[in-house]
Amino acid sequence: MKRIRFWGTRGSLPVALTAAKLREKLTQALRGASGRAFASDAEIGAYLDSLRFPVSGTYGGHTSCVEIETAGPEYVLCDLGSGVRPFGQAAVTRHGPGSSQSYHIFMSHVHWDHIMGLPFFAPAYVPGNRIRIYGGHAGLEAALRRQQDQPSFPVDFNVFRASIEFVHMDPGRRYDIAGMSVTTKLQRHGGDSYGYRFESSGRTVVYSTDSEHKLADPEETNGFVEFFRDADVVIFDAMYSLADAISIKADWGHSSNVVGVELCQMAGARHLCLFHHEPSSDDEAIERSLAEARRLEEITRTGAPLLVTAAYDGMEIEF
Amino acid sequence: MQFSIRKFTDVVVAAPIGRIDHSNAGPFEDALRPVLEQSGGSGEAVVLDFSGVEYISSVGLRVLMAAAKQAHSQGSKIAVASLQPIVAEIFAISRFDRILDLYPSVADALASLSLPALEAFNAANSGSPT
Repeated sequence: MKRIRFWGTRGSLPVALTAAKLREKLTQALRGASGRAFASDAEIGAYLDSLRFPVSGTYGGHTSCVEIETAGPEYVLCDLGSGVRPFGQAAVTRHGPGSSQSYHIFMSHVHWDHIMGLPFFAPAYVPGNRIRIYGGHAGLEAALRRQQDQPSFPVDFNVFRASIEFVHMDPGRRYDIAGMSVTTKLQRHGGDSYGYRFESSGRTVVYSTDSEHKLADPEETNGFVEFFRDADVVIFDAMYSLADAISIKADWGHSSNVVGVELCQMAGARHLCLFHHEPSSDDEAIERSLAEARRLEEITRTGAPLLVTAAYDGMEIEF
Repeated sequence: MQFSIRKFTDVVVAAPIGRIDHSNAGPFEDALRPVLEQSGGSGEAVVLDFSGVEYISSVGLRVLMAAAKQAHSQGSKIAVASLQPIVAEIFAISRFDRILDLYPSVADALASLSLPALEAFNAANSGSPT
């Protein structure tokens, strides 16, 4: 495992930065630069790096798609949200249309925001490419085919020219895929979802999105603590505040930054990455959630520090 | 977990002591249950005196959420008072400060809920600020 690359980090629905929000960022950046002179692009870059991320950047708006870069030539992805479109374009650009590649795609579930990118996944249209789609849902293939049926989409699933296979995974069983040991876990979500634990060369990454934690059941909590145990990175659904997640949005199938911190602390994980951001949250709101998660980690820390980040489209985590 | 109960006219002041986390949220819930059931039958309000609570986890907050829902459904009131700074931060981070009635002190909570209860509380605590 070499790195994790985030191509889509938003929950439920893709969003885009509006012109008004971009103008706010530019205004703040220019206000901060007032009276300063920049002799080079490097100095401009250094100035931009000094700004808060919600001013100099954006968390982005593509729905779930995460790449785990392994030491081998095969591609590994989690979910087929809209983020898989830029991933696919980058892969085709890198290899050209005449080169065959293998893609292993692990599906958390088949809700729309996690499958909507497939019709725009360019490698699926390239003959010779091999795509294996893994998941725990019996209706995985049917769901992916159905979204391209008329009248929902003009290009039928059968138009794909890559070889596409569907592989069912049983929770708790260990699979050897793309040089990694992979286990999956059933999660609480409407229609079920599955988390994945990837282990390779002493590194462990957990992808656990669209997962609600009811908190009242110690056995359920302990199950997730073991699933996250000693992970180097836990990519975690932190869509709502804790109060919302257990009150007005109870049974909506999502979790919070607070529960993410607690589970990772109990599991001895090293890095919690907040993921599946609420589409109505702007960059400042996500940054606030991140700052609060970091503060909670600080005031509740009993062992080694837990690094807390918030995923953004384009973010990379190096090993 | 220690859990003391005092009654001031029509308000019950319950005071848990210690940490409310994954290991003892159950006992906290068990201790709180009869207080809530009693308040539902009698119309008494409940004030949770958190001055002795050092930490509360999500599991403990879930107990408070369930208590607030029960109080609402039975037409009674529940408030939380005297949060230690760390616990107040946890309430803010989790947004529980927006859905529960919080007061700086038990006296402030009683002043909002029942003046006779406040008078009884002050009489019982004369000379010992809370």
